Amino acid sequence: MNLQDYFSLVFTDYTLRTITLGTAILGAVTGMLGSFAVLRKQSLLGDAISHAALPGIALAFLITGAKDTNTLLLGALVSGLIGTFWIRGIVTKTHLKSDTALGLILSLFFGFGMLLLTFIQKQPNANQAGLDKYLFGQAATLVESDVWLMAIITSICLIVMLLFWKEFKLLLFDADYTKTLGFNTKFIDVLITTFIVLAIVLGLQTVGVVLMSAMLLAPAAAARQWTNSLGKMVFLAAIFGAFSGVFGTAISASQDNLSTGPVIVIVASVFVVFSFIFSPGRGLLFRQIRFIKNRRDLELQKTLAFMYHIAETHEDISHPHTIKILNNFQGFTRKTLQKLVDKNYVTLDGAMWSLTEEGFETAANLYNQNFKKHE
Amino acid sequence: MSNAQFEIQLIASLVAIACAIPGTFLVLRKMAMISDAISHSILPGLVVGFFITQDLNSPLLILLAALSGVITVILVERIQKTGLVKEDTAIGLVFPALFSIGVIMIAKNANDVHLDVDAVLLGELAFAPFDRITIGGTDIGPKSLWVIGIILLITIGLLIAFFKELKVSTFDAGLAASLGFSPVVIHYGLMTMASITTVGAFDAVGAILVVALMIAPAACAYLLTTDLKKMLGLAIFFGVFGAITGYWVAHWLDASIAGSIATMLGIVFFLVYLFAPSKGLIAVMYRERRQRTEVLLLTFLLHLKNHNEVEERHVNHLNEHINWQKVKSKTVLDLALKNNMILINDKIVSLTEKGDEFTSQAIDYIITNEDAQIEDMKKHFFLFRG
Repeated sequence: MNLQDYFSLVFTDYTLRTITLGTAILGAVTGMLGSFAVLRKQSLLGDAISHAALPGIALAFLITGAKDTNTLLLGALVSGLIGTFWIRGIVTKTHLKSDTALGLILSLFFGFGMLLLTFIQKQPNANQAGLDKYLFGQAATLVESDVWLMAIITSICLIVMLLFWKEFKLLLFDADYTKTLGFNTKFIDVLITTFIVLAIVLGLQTVGVVLMSAMLLAPAAAARQWTNSLGKMVFLAAIFGAFSGVFGTAISASQDNLSTGPVIVIVASVFVVFSFIFSPGRGLLFRQIRFIKNRRDLELQKTLAFMYHIAETHEDISHPHTIKILNNFQGFTRKTLQKLVDKNYVTLDGAMWSLTEEGFETAANLYNQNFKKHE
Repeated sequence: MSNAQFEIQLIASLVAIACAIPGTFLVLRKMAMISDAISHSILPGLVVGFFITQDLNSPLLILLAALSGVITVILVERIQKTGLVKEDTAIGLVFPALFSIGVIMIAKNANDVHLDVDAVLLGELAFAPFDRITIGGTDIGPKSLWVIGIILLITIGLLIAFFKELKVSTFDAGLAASLGFSPVVIHYGLMTMASITTVGAFDAVGAILVVALMIAPAACAYLLTTDLKKMLGLAIFFGVFGAITGYWVAHWLDASIAGSIATMLGIVFFLVYLFAPSKGLIAVMYRERRQRTEVLLLTFLLHLKNHNEVEERHVNHLNEHINWQKVKSKTVLDLALKNNMILINDKIVSLTEKGDEFTSQAIDYIITNEDAQIEDMKKHFFLFRG
């Protein structure tokens, strides 16, 4: 199947439609909530939580014996939340730093999860096969009810986010101020964190434990480059996330042997790299261009100031001088001279130059911040 | 205990020691999550190495994988330097991307070889004794024992040779630079060592559990001591303890050895987290509660000093006007009485000479903004702490 087949089949074929819809919704919700994680400097929390969810899945299976997705995800949610709050307990109550706390919870919970998974595999229960799909995720196992679950949770997220928009925003940028205004910061904080955990848990089936953190971060990091407004950022991140989901599914469906999770992550990373380079405000490309332009302006000003100091010594400011005296000056090139002529600061007459009235005026006020340019 | 069992425990212990040494420095330098990033992103290096050599046992594989670990660190730093995103976001972006590239390369090209992602991530210690090295027909022991043994020797050698440099640059990078050790060289040296250890350990315990062995013992040790040498010693002890008890738990449950080592480390960390003297949760909570009572006491004494009116100094005043609960006011009163700071005469409270002196000194410190001095003063005045 090639990409064209994929796009012609996506509306008719049940499996393709379900998977595409599932990954798109997942991308949107993780992008949306990921924006909060990135801005709260909790980027790696996603990584820790997704690993910490593993023992929950295994325990839920051990207790209920059912392989029903919802039960397993509930287990994942509980163990993800325990992990999150333990991380917080470590950071606030001991002198261990957040990176150590994250690494601890991530590896210890994951290790415990592996212990349980291998323990389950040795049990005489034929039902256990397929639990390890949560390690790397298998979008192909998505069914319509899973997509419904995702859609419902996404809409709950959306409603809660809109309801508490003001509070979320305030807490994000100025937690102390929020507290003095009388908001219950603990509650808001727990609310955001719970939804982040929820989004991560939703993605486990599709993208898997290992790569889930990228789903949370990449769309948000990409969106951050294009805007300074929280609302726009959340919206853009949702769009980027959804597109990564759709493109990732399309590419992996059109090739043999490609699991969806890694491809989605790669697509999302491409979005990030593109945004890093080409975003107009913060991107590396435009930053470099601005840098060069500023340097040129500075050289121009330096030349003008040099000319001004020569012209200053004469009574008549437009007294002509030879171009030769500029040759020893560093900022000077033929191009800068031409630019000065274009700006009507300098007039050229053969090998001689002279400042105009306007040029003299500008140069005199070059370092005067209060001087208003009449341009 | 059979020979194979002994060998597994030996390998696990060596891995634990080799991980604990760089792990201690990572935890102290607040770079613990870098080890997680490295452990994931060695995958593409392994795959490329495999394509070049077509041999899973080649040393080139280890070198390339370690190289891709170092590349991860450099990439993270580069991205962070652009200022577009924070350091943690940079880490979170780089390693899943590299890991995905590795997974896709395996899926596209190496499907029929024994190089699957599960093995890289999870490892299987139980098979380690069966992969043996023979020289000239004599069996000289399991391969992973040699690999990790050599890495451990190098780590210990470097640690002894550069201990002073590592110590100074970890705790005071500015001082290290001014003394003439390049913090950059030491930083990348440490990162390279962490990468090599991760690669060397991964086929025994798996990439993610390397992270557990690096961070957990060091974190436990950090809660118990403030001395670098003791911390290294304790981290090694906890690592080896986790490795050996973990093996026997796995043996008993018939489950993954690596998983059970991590679980044992988790239990050890949980106990240390709760019970560590002076830095554990219980000690911290106890101290916080004591602090709270003592602040209340100070507030109460200040109130007494400010008021001479009888009605302001009545015992019931505490409940009625300052709005303290009964238990709370009783604790404060008892504490003050025990320390001879107040006298209660017919339900009217008054400051003793000692209480008066304590309060005036405390006021002096508060108005000169030297609140920290009050802590020392308490030692001098208090017979009983709150």
